[in-house]
Amino acid sequence: MSFISYLVNGISLGSVYALIALGYTMVYGIAKMLNFAHGDIIMVGGYTVFIACSTAGLPPVVGVLLAVIVCTVLGVTVEFVAYRPLRGASPLAVLITAIGVSYFLQNMALLLFGANTKSFTSVVSIPSLQLADGQLNISGETMVTVAACIIIMIGLLAFINRTKAGQAMLAVSEDRDAAILMGVNVNGTIALTFAIGSALAAVAGVLLCSAYPSLTPYTGAMPGIKAFVAAVFGGIGSIPGAFIGGILLGIIESLSKAYISSQLSDAIVFSVLIIVLLVRPTGIMGRKISEKV
Amino acid sequence: MKGKKLLNKTWKENAVTYGIVIIAYIIIQIMVQTGNISSLMKGLLVPVCVYVIMAVSLNLVVGISGELSLGHAGFMCAGAFSGALFTKCMADTIGNPVVCFAIAVVVGAATAAVFGILIGVPVLRLQGDYLAIVTLAFGEIIKNIVNALFIGRDENGLHFSLKSAMDLNLADGGEVLIKGPQGITGNPRVASFTIGVILILITLFIVQNVINSRTGRAVMAIRDNRIAAQSVGLSVTKYKLMAFTISAALAGVGGVLYAHNLTTLTALPKNFGYNQSIMILVFVVLGGIGNIRGSVIAAAILTVLPELLRGMNDYRMLIYAIVLIVIMIFNSAPAIIGYRERFMERFKNKSKTKEAL
Amino acid sequence: MAMLEVKNLSISFGGLKAVNSFHVTIEKGQLYGLIGPNGAGKTTVFNLLTGVYKPDTGVISLDGQTITGKSTIEINREGIARTFQNIRLFHNLSVLDNVKAGLHNHYPYSTLSAVFRLPDYYKQEKAMNEKAMELLKVFDLDKEADYTASNLPYGKQRKLEIARALATEPKLLLLDEPAAGMNPNETAELMDTIRFVRDTFHMTILLIEHDMKLVAGICEKLTVLNFGQVLTEGDTQTVLHDPQVISAYLGE
Repeated sequence: MSFISYLVNGISLGSVYALIALGYTMVYGIAKMLNFAHGDIIMVGGYTVFIACSTAGLPPVVGVLLAVIVCTVLGVTVEFVAYRPLRGASPLAVLITAIGVSYFLQNMALLLFGANTKSFTSVVSIPSLQLADGQLNISGETMVTVAACIIIMIGLLAFINRTKAGQAMLAVSEDRDAAILMGVNVNGTIALTFAIGSALAAVAGVLLCSAYPSLTPYTGAMPGIKAFVAAVFGGIGSIPGAFIGGILLGIIESLSKAYISSQLSDAIVFSVLIIVLLVRPTGIMGRKISEKV
Repeated sequence: MKGKKLLNKTWKENAVTYGIVIIAYIIIQIMVQTGNISSLMKGLLVPVCVYVIMAVSLNLVVGISGELSLGHAGFMCAGAFSGALFTKCMADTIGNPVVCFAIAVVVGAATAAVFGILIGVPVLRLQGDYLAIVTLAFGEIIKNIVNALFIGRDENGLHFSLKSAMDLNLADGGEVLIKGPQGITGNPRVASFTIGVILILITLFIVQNVINSRTGRAVMAIRDNRIAAQSVGLSVTKYKLMAFTISAALAGVGGVLYAHNLTTLTALPKNFGYNQSIMILVFVVLGGIGNIRGSVIAAAILTVLPELLRGMNDYRMLIYAIVLIVIMIFNSAPAIIGYRERFMERFKNKSKTKEAL
Repeated sequence: MAMLEVKNLSISFGGLKAVNSFHVTIEKGQLYGLIGPNGAGKTTVFNLLTGVYKPDTGVISLDGQTITGKSTIEINREGIARTFQNIRLFHNLSVLDNVKAGLHNHYPYSTLSAVFRLPDYYKQEKAMNEKAMELLKVFDLDKEADYTASNLPYGKQRKLEIARALATEPKLLLLDEPAAGMNPNETAELMDTIRFVRDTFHMTILLIEHDMKLVAGICEKLTVLNFGQVLTEGDTQTVLHDPQVISAYLGE
């Protein structure tokens, strides 16, 4: 029974990774850049809810909505100010700029909120579910996280496959220059991608902080990296891949913490990533690209 | 003979780099002797040397070999711990601290090189962002394992454990050398600015001489066009691995220097995590990818910069972040590059017309 | 014995037979042309000969040695060098270094003697420089030796690619559309260079070309490829006047 409860924990954690990874993978697929600052958007989402609910006393729903709005605006602004001027520059230059943005967000939060850990009040008020005579306890946070993740993933797939804006995203990710020639507004599409990715990060941030209620300016950094790993794991650029990668990563992390060593759990997670990439160099669901001679 | 002239030109280029390091060393030594340097700055002298070595060695992979590596701090970690462990075990036996340190440097470099080969063989088949994430993962794994590692010594030799000091089952009188998250304590601090500068010069000597040789040429040819390189018979795996391993070994040297500047060495994320790797990458990119001299200068300035900004107190890291973003946009944004080129063109034309007059 | 002998060479990509039982025999010192409409599989043949792709069936032998299934690197060491349709220079290296990269395997001093600048390093680098300059002179590139390769004009880039291939001291040189993008003057000059290379280095050359003036002007024998199969082969003039060939080009 304890195995199942570790598994459930893993799926819950994995759902958070999956939400963040969805944002990572969309931005990568469409703007072809590693947005290192993505993890810090999570942290901003967490602080927004903290201020709205714990300090200003607003209801949780309003807090979450506020977080989504703040993060969306932030994501689009960052894209406009820092990344758009670098379109067409070397990928490394964009990567370093993203790192700069990450430092900026962390230190801004440090300045505004201080280095102290804030204890976050969960936004979920659903009672936990007792199964198998109380041996298995599934918390409300877990249920909400998993449900949110599945709904969002399905919504995202529908958006991309069914709407014009979604098709434009696909076109830009396939071939940016051809998309321009076909009259797709590339800047608009990339901005929209950042908006969606950041909104997802806000949701992920709220759920992460609800499940692990401590908030610092660096809260987003490690989950951000893990989610990036999850995205690569699943095949970067692929939406179902990000979902599967996230869930698997969460499960591996949870089980290795429980059964092997909590200190070595990160090492195990990363080792699994390496093994997967060595067997399938473009991830579980990634496409193989070969250079034409 | 044209070829001869080319050899001379690269030799001069390299000499300028050595010259900059030596002159900076002399100036700083004079400032130290005459007391014109704050104690904070003095404390930064060895770290500056460490980061210069790290940046120069990373540039061999990122700039010369053209592969994005985000795990450089992992090799630094391997070098730091193996070097410090050696000193801790052998300092009393060897006696002379400088000799002991020199051997520790070799041990650290060798350990890091072994990790470089172990990681490089499977990983260098991957390309681009995949290589980046895998090197990041390896860096984190090295740090993580070292953080969980216990090593003890008694009359039966060395004992290892990944669980706790108790698990080492040391005999009476045994000594725990590496205490997991507490790391290595009570190190002799033998690193000095002079030693650091000597190690920088050695690093530069190795890196620049490798670059200007058939090996370096092969590495750069593979970077520029992998398929063409194979078509002229260059072994991609061999030369990529060579660049990666040399880079790892030199990062190990940086790690040994780093370790011998601290009394307590721990594998905290702050010291050897991916953030550290990224920091070093920032030096390389700002100094100019593939530009060794640029790496030296950027690493030195950017290590000192946060301290220079200390007057701004709370704002200093924020300013650092903004400076980083602004420099990147100024240096790399296509629109700004175009504007700069037009500006330079006009400037050149003006000076030309002046000459004509 | 023939320099290159290929029998029954085939490869398919996802069910499509890109090259189907291709064969060719090239004698030592011959200037041989491989022509055919776009998409006929000419470059695929080059990629098979140089080990970029592994053939499904067939045997390739170079100077009596079977090289089928070997890697690109091994095949280059066995003696096949090539140029590419879309130029593939080491664009950040100097013109001289591009050629020296081609000389790489013939001047094997160790990395250690490079690091410590041992006499071996100076001796071999000097020999490499001399040899490289000699080759560059053949292609009239010696004045641009210290230019960055990407700064050369297009025609010179093509020449540099040939010089780099020759630096590996091949037995057989494969040229993939050497005249693509050249004006008539440059093409005429290129024809002289190719002839010169064949005569001075006693080289065997196989080239793909669409410029019929060049093909008619320098090739001694031709093979025509259509839909991955050999349509016809023989003396240049006979082949070029073959009605089958004309209709294949006109797309009947």
